[in-house]
Amino acid sequence: MKLVVYILKRLGLMLISLFMIVTITFFLMRSIPGDPLSHMARSLPEQTRANFMARYGLDQPLFNQYLIYLRNLAQGDLGESLAFPGRSVTETIGRTSPVSAQGGGIALAIGLVIGTVLGIIAALFRNRLPDYIVMIIAILGVTVPVFVIAPLLQLVFAVRLGWLPTFGWGTPRHMVMPVMVMAFLPIATYARYMKSSMLDTLGQDYILTAQSKGVSETNVILKHALRNSLLPAITILSGSIVGIFTGAFVVESIFSIPGIGTHFVTSIHNNDYTMIMGTTVFFAVLFVVMQFVVDFIYVLVDPRIKLMHETH
Amino acid sequence: MMKSDIPKEKFEIIGADESQQELIGRARVSYMKDAWRRLKENKTAMAALVVLCFLILMCIIGPMISGHSFEEINPAHRNQPPSSEHWFGTDRLGRDLFTRVWTGGRVSIIIGVSAALIAAVVGILYGGICAYFGGMVDVIMMRILEIFASVPSLIYVVIFSIVLGNANLTTILVALCVAAWVGPARLVRGQMLQIRNQEFVLAAQALGVSSFKIILKHMVPNTLSVVIVAITFAVPGFIFTEAFLSFIGLGVQPPNTSWGALVAMAQSEFMFFPYQMFFPAIMIALTMLSFTLFGDGLRDALDPRLRK
Repeated sequence: MKLVVYILKRLGLMLISLFMIVTITFFLMRSIPGDPLSHMARSLPEQTRANFMARYGLDQPLFNQYLIYLRNLAQGDLGESLAFPGRSVTETIGRTSPVSAQGGGIALAIGLVIGTVLGIIAALFRNRLPDYIVMIIAILGVTVPVFVIAPLLQLVFAVRLGWLPTFGWGTPRHMVMPVMVMAFLPIATYARYMKSSMLDTLGQDYILTAQSKGVSETNVILKHALRNSLLPAITILSGSIVGIFTGAFVVESIFSIPGIGTHFVTSIHNNDYTMIMGTTVFFAVLFVVMQFVVDFIYVLVDPRIKLMHETH
Repeated sequence: MMKSDIPKEKFEIIGADESQQELIGRARVSYMKDAWRRLKENKTAMAALVVLCFLILMCIIGPMISGHSFEEINPAHRNQPPSSEHWFGTDRLGRDLFTRVWTGGRVSIIIGVSAALIAAVVGILYGGICAYFGGMVDVIMMRILEIFASVPSLIYVVIFSIVLGNANLTTILVALCVAAWVGPARLVRGQMLQIRNQEFVLAAQALGVSSFKIILKHMVPNTLSVVIVAITFAVPGFIFTEAFLSFIGLGVQPPNTSWGALVAMAQSEFMFFPYQMFFPAIMIALTMLSFTLFGDGLRDALDPRLRK
């Protein structure tokens, strides 16, 4: 029962957030001085201009435009590109986002696994060499920006060694470097987080109980410590997903990957307002839904959370 | 036997001064002094502080000592590797990179530090109001905050950069801070609520300390340490975001420059002139690294629970 109320509450909050985001983005984008045409530096005859405005519904009063936008949005229609007339925003997002999801998903999975393993190693070998090495990797991963790592890898693996293609997309060989770059941040984040989480768990009473019962050290770590310290790591998953998307803007541009990140950066350069807005709304929806899913999984797998909700 | 050893004359009555009884013999160690003492023992944090001071110093004097202006275009000296005349080499317009790296550093560090400070001040006010008034005000303000927090701040940053147009220091700062206060606000609210219910506040109340003094002397200092640490950790994030904005063309506009803008410009010709990217990139990494390590040390030094 509590769970149903919780889900409904979160769903409601999610819809309000999305509505606010769409509204704010819409009016902000419309408040840019001048009309979209003047930004594209096109001088058009009066009639062509009027046709153009009518085509994008820009001749309507602002509030009507807003209502039309909301209505179309509810039907999944994000409008038509300004820079490339005839190109649907929804279709473009549908075409480019799977590419990003593929690269980003693999990077996130690799990052999660390696980061978690490194974090556990650091916790088990606390204040010894493996711990120091992992912490150096973690600090470098957080502090060295992706646009520094990416060209560095290109220089080493593509130019000097010639093992991998410098940029492009399509074959697994193309994916190696972008995935490596994108996985770097989650590796660092998870290594740091898992280390402290694991140390925290190892200090708990039930670990001492297990040890005093004579459970072997391997079993204590695998059956008791690992499972319990993995749980809190779920909470930072939504942050890592955002990190992957943010990183994708840069990584995709550097490696010329036809994903949504490259596409977003291109539409910014083209002043393609409908495209920028559509992509922003898409990112917002994606993020809000991801956050909801992650929180929901956390409530499902950790019984302590449910207990806390009931006692309060 | 003992009695006979020491003659009575050796003893002297010096009396007891009532007013001196409560005197504290040792000099008082203030909170900040104590924190500084512990920070000094942390070698990593001190090394990070030295690097930071050096970087800031170079940003101030660097552009003056190179003998070149950061806008000076020299077609005869295009894409030169580092030499005795151009210490970091030149870019594709023949501009001196040493000067440009430090001029850009000014922008990057100023943006990073000011954005973190602005976000912290707004956050303290917002979180403080939430915790102080409580009740309905708290509920409504936290709901508003949750809506802000439900979208990655980078989206706000990009949208505001586009809307504000004409990127300069002010517009970039506004764009960076639109959603950045959310973190500090939550932090301050949580901290304030937690401290309000702690025993030492109760003790102070029982001793009859006025509410104003409790807030000023007990609650604010305990919140401040957390905020200072949060600011230190936020600075590298803002430097990175600014670099990211410049990278996608929404940041600092030419002829002005920042580390991010320098990296973005060098990226296209990285294969041929790697040194053009090396210097600004290493500066970004070094600054972010130093702030993170210094923040780590500061967090340990400011945490009263770690006091020995």
